[in-house]
Amino acid sequence: MRNDMFSVLRRSPFSLAKTRDVALRLGAVIACLALLVIATPNSAQAFSDEELRNIAEQLNDKSATKKVAVIEEMAADGDPRVAPILKAMLDGDLYVRDSDEHVVIATKKGKVFTHIDIVSGEEVGESSSKELSKIKINNRLRGALRDALATLNLFSPDLNIRSAAVEQIMDARDPAMLPLLLRAIDREEDETLLARMELAQATMALAAGETTEERLSAIDVLASETTPQIRAVLSQFVASAEAEGYEPEVVAAAQDALESVEGRLSTWQTIGDVYRGISLGSVLLLAAVGLAITFGVMGVINMAHGEMIMIGAYTTFMVQQALGSILPSGSAWSLVISVPAAFLVAGAVGVVIERSVIRFLYGRPLETLLATWGVSLVLQQAIRTIFGATNQQVTAPDFMSGAIEFSTGLVLTYNRLWIILFSIIVVAGIAAVLRYTAFGLQMRAVTQNRRMAGSVGIRTGYVDALTFGLGSGIAGIAGVALSQISNVSPNLGQTYIIDSFMVVVFGGVGNLWGTVLGAFSLGIVNKFLEPMAGAVLAKIFVLIALILFIQKRPKGLFALKGRAVEA
Amino acid sequence: MTDYRQKYQMTPVIGWLLKDRGGMILLGILIAAAILVPASNLLLPESSAFHVPTWMVSLLGKYLCYALLALSVDLIWGFCGILSLGHGAFFALGGYAMGMYLMRQIGDRGVYGDPILPDFMVFLNWQELPWYWHGFDMFWFAIVMAMFVPGLLAFVFGFLAFRSRVTGVYLSIITQAMTYALLLAFFRNDMGFGGNNGLTDFKDLLGYSLQSDGTRAGLFVASCVFLGICYTVARGITQSRLGKVLIAIRDAESRVRFTGYRVEYYKLFVFTVSAVMAGIAGALYVPQVGIINPGEFAPALSIEIVIWVAVGGRGTLYGAVLGAFIVNYAKTFFTGAMPDFWLFFLGGLFIAVTLFLPKGVIGAVPAFGSADRQSLFTTWRKRRANEGGKA
Repeated sequence: MRNDMFSVLRRSPFSLAKTRDVALRLGAVIACLALLVIATPNSAQAFSDEELRNIAEQLNDKSATKKVAVIEEMAADGDPRVAPILKAMLDGDLYVRDSDEHVVIATKKGKVFTHIDIVSGEEVGESSSKELSKIKINNRLRGALRDALATLNLFSPDLNIRSAAVEQIMDARDPAMLPLLLRAIDREEDETLLARMELAQATMALAAGETTEERLSAIDVLASETTPQIRAVLSQFVASAEAEGYEPEVVAAAQDALESVEGRLSTWQTIGDVYRGISLGSVLLLAAVGLAITFGVMGVINMAHGEMIMIGAYTTFMVQQALGSILPSGSAWSLVISVPAAFLVAGAVGVVIERSVIRFLYGRPLETLLATWGVSLVLQQAIRTIFGATNQQVTAPDFMSGAIEFSTGLVLTYNRLWIILFSIIVVAGIAAVLRYTAFGLQMRAVTQNRRMAGSVGIRTGYVDALTFGLGSGIAGIAGVALSQISNVSPNLGQTYIIDSFMVVVFGGVGNLWGTVLGAFSLGIVNKFLEPMAGAVLAKIFVLIALILFIQKRPKGLFALKGRAVEA
Repeated sequence: MTDYRQKYQMTPVIGWLLKDRGGMILLGILIAAAILVPASNLLLPESSAFHVPTWMVSLLGKYLCYALLALSVDLIWGFCGILSLGHGAFFALGGYAMGMYLMRQIGDRGVYGDPILPDFMVFLNWQELPWYWHGFDMFWFAIVMAMFVPGLLAFVFGFLAFRSRVTGVYLSIITQAMTYALLLAFFRNDMGFGGNNGLTDFKDLLGYSLQSDGTRAGLFVASCVFLGICYTVARGITQSRLGKVLIAIRDAESRVRFTGYRVEYYKLFVFTVSAVMAGIAGALYVPQVGIINPGEFAPALSIEIVIWVAVGGRGTLYGAVLGAFIVNYAKTFFTGAMPDFWLFFLGGLFIAVTLFLPKGVIGAVPAFGSADRQSLFTTWRKRRANEGGKA
């Protein structure tokens, strides 16, 4: 370390005054250091009073260049008393007192300026503005002052300010900061921050280090990290190796380190892609699962499915408006209440549509498609007429805002995590209804053989209506979730309808698990293509792949097996 | 089998045309319109009660293009049971081919004055014309492309789809996916088709200014002529023996296949012909409206075409033309008079026609209705009565 004995002594001007002699007399540097550690309160002070006063007076130099040099010198030692001076200078509160040529910080109170001594920080009198001459600054100086203040933040008593300063240094990677950083490392007590500081030191030592060993150990430190930042540092180093003439072994080590960092980063990238894919998949699943019932189980092409989602989202909005006066904003309750509400509203609309339109069209899928498209247009326009064409605001509850962030660049937002969970719950719920309830049994019976089901006393028309209501209600629930991540507007349904159909067709009609698998695989494939091709092209590729896939398996991934010949 | 052949295949063209009452009326109206509308627009003074203003000529021309598009959809849906929800894509591709020709015609009169590159390419800092823009400075090439590109797409798409027996709603859904994919693709600036804004600012066609009354009247006549030709071709197809097979495929595809017909080839043929017609419609449409943009690829628009056909009367060809006029006139009227009501009307039309008018407006006229004309309610009630229908 650079702390030779004199600089150590220089650092202990006050309370060590008595002990200094003792220490000197002992002539043992180690003892001195030990004492220093014991008596640390003022050890941060790099300047003696006199030095500080002298150097501050140089701030009034006429030359801006000289002033910049002075500012840098003042900041370089990390003296905590310097920060307020520079801050005052930046704010234009630093003056030279005409009477004794002392530099003071002066604040205006009424017509009187209160002087504050730069060394002790105490009030040392007051005067009118006539007796003071301001230390002038220009833009160049402002820049220098800000930089200097930033470095001084490294020594701030506040942990948060310190860590922010470290991150800033890490981004800037200015070798000139190295000595300062080393001093900060010496003094840092917080373990986490210390690790960050050492990392920052390593990033700088890589290029600015003086010996091969220094560089190699810096590379060692860097190789153990997994962040895009470090990858940038290393690749920059490797790229400039030739121009700068670094030692071959250092370059080789850096190359190895770069490869290992890149390897781990790409693993994380893959994890991130999978996560984003699952996240998109869960959205697709929510949008499509209602359709899997109406289209998959009943064979009804419900083009108004997207509008059921929209109705669910608007129900969420309405519930929030209605409860807004009772519940505090950000409360989870309105969202919780919205789920059954949206199910009931969208389900009721579904039953009405089934009874009034669709039941006349069973067995005529193409006509059903057209009629339900008509229904969707009417519903869209109805919502537009009632609520207006603009987006409605649905506030997210507290538990859904925020995110888990990893240093590797992976960000898991809570709303996406909740939607993944929610989609799983919804699908499990539907599977349970189909499998374990009497209604589910009747529904499956009607799907498999309508006449037979009717013969054993199942009211097929009633089951049809309820099944369609269930599918629509599920779409409504999906609307609650989607209101959290997309715009609640009359066009909400249109955004999802084609995707939903793709999922159901891909997964295979009449199979809930096919829908689940279809949604997640489409989501993941989409997100894996995105980094390579961009969002729009990725979507186009997925659509083309789907069109081709249907050629291979016209009935989707999981086709119902049987001898049925249509038409 | 012999009787069948004599009856349908050997009948001369004039013979079946004369038997086609609706078709004769349609062709008569088209000929009359092709003569009278331009004449009254160009020859009569504006003060005359019979003067047709230029905007009306363009509007009618636009309707004619829609009618041709509806005709192409009716040919496959009405006669072969292929419900394409992506026919707007073929229409738009034909339109883009024509639009590219019109762009090249602008020459150095564009905002940036580049003699070769269209404005949007200059704006995007493109240095040279993409390869697929070459040749579009020639009118004949653009016309060939307006038919060839949609035809090729339909051929490839149909070949894949029909060969693997993708039918019914599955086909509808993947045609929708096709036009949606094209919509997304054409929105991209990198595609070289003007991105979001599409192609516009056209100046002239074959040297005639697109703004002049004469050109507009000419385009109107061209639309009439092409609609007439395409109608005759479509009628010819449906009247031929091939047409009978198509109808058989519509009504019982598996049975036709079991009888030994290669169903996929029949479907592929009619699908490709239909796409070419849609392409022609697009090519006629663009110079009359003066713009083509990716919005034409929107799946919603393609579904709307189907309702034109359904309103007019599916499986009649002339019904599709009538339906296109009725619905588009309603659209012009409502979007002007009460814009909020238009979607209610259109949506209601979809529901009402499928429920109450399965044969469309034409089917409601006794003189044109066929013997099996009956309300869906009747069919439904019958099926409920014997509990035969499977969902």
